[in-house]
Amino acid sequence: MGVISNGTTLLDAGALDSGVPSGVMTHIKTLTASSSGTLSFVNGASSVVFDGTYKEYVFKFIDMHPSGDNVNFTFNLSVDSGSNYNVTKTTNFWEAYHKEDGTDQYLATADGRDLAQSTAFQQLNGAGVQDENDGCISGTLTIYDPANTTFVKHFMSVSACNAHPSHYAWHAFMSGYGNTTSAVNAIQFKMSSGNIDAGTIKMYGIK
Amino acid sequence: MGLISNGTTIFDAGALDSGLAKGAMTLIKKLTASSSGTLSFVNGSSNVVLDSTYKEYMFTFNNIHPSAQSSFRVGFRDGGTDYDAPKATTNFNAQHNEADTSTNIGYEGTYDQANATGFLTLDQEGVGTDNDASLSGILHLYDPASTTFVKHFMSTVQHYYASSWSMNTYVAGYCNTTTAIDAVQFKMSSGNIDSGDICLYGIS
Repeated sequence: MGVISNGTTLLDAGALDSGVPSGVMTHIKTLTASSSGTLSFVNGASSVVFDGTYKEYVFKFIDMHPSGDNVNFTFNLSVDSGSNYNVTKTTNFWEAYHKEDGTDQYLATADGRDLAQSTAFQQLNGAGVQDENDGCISGTLTIYDPANTTFVKHFMSVSACNAHPSHYAWHAFMSGYGNTTSAVNAIQFKMSSGNIDAGTIKMYGIK
Repeated sequence: MGLISNGTTIFDAGALDSGLAKGAMTLIKKLTASSSGTLSFVNGSSNVVLDSTYKEYMFTFNNIHPSAQSSFRVGFRDGGTDYDAPKATTNFNAQHNEADTSTNIGYEGTYDQANATGFLTLDQEGVGTDNDASLSGILHLYDPASTTFVKHFMSTVQHYYASSWSMNTYVAGYCNTTTAIDAVQFKMSSGNIDSGDICLYGIS
């Protein structure tokens, strides 16, 4: 059964009509860590959509807590549906930090955290995430047009972390591109060592 | 009464079915300033939701205009009635004047906090009082209901500073508490918020 109001179709065939406003930010998938080695979003698996359906995908990582101290929260991309996470990337990284006791503050690029034509995982935090009980990192990673087969694949992230050592507020910015014209169809997150003990990653598509 | 279309439940018991595709960003509350000393979002009051319902909350500031040249500030409530959660934060800024004689980017230690309980400045140098001067921007607050982790937040604002400066300020940090944050308040460092609005969204 459909519903038509004043000549406008509101719903039909079990779904809202495409003309009905329903928001431009669509939640696709939530993964919750529980001593997890990796968290992966693969197009076509487990209800994940990561293709040309959206021109922009947003990943929100919230309260990511590592099993080990002073480790990095990282990501990589795949062009073979998750068989390999090794897309070549060139990135830049800059950060601001401030120590809890007020003795140290800084704003600068961070050469040691960026990548230059590397297939390695890219870190999203500044200094390492601390494993104290209340230690974690939260932020956003945006990936543009992953299904494009003409252009490189741009991405940007921003994060806030209470960082190792000695309790810093760390505001980190990373951007760059996957230097490939193949479609990216999967993404994986993990700690540089140990597990993701806790935390949530939410994936959204932006119409 | 419910409604089922082609075997799919569209709505039932007064709500859209949870399986129905809908937007992930929900407007919770909009407050409009009118010579306001403070603007507050308190969980459970005036239809405000600021609890574990969402893992992320987003505040947008639209044309915040002060009565006096002053800074736009935020405080977080971690129990009790005061907005005094301790915060460790960063603050940096890019700036350029209309005369095109000066540009700068840098960290500003005057406005960051090191486990301080006072209200946190989200700009630098303050917002001007010219009729067309204002501040607009955004603040993300993550998982305020957590009783395990600190509460991270990040803000970006663009504002018009006196003497015709464009100022772009970035603030981030955490409420250094494992007590849930259940209310957020905004105010100027002096005087009132003459006009402007603040919207609270939940990201599902």
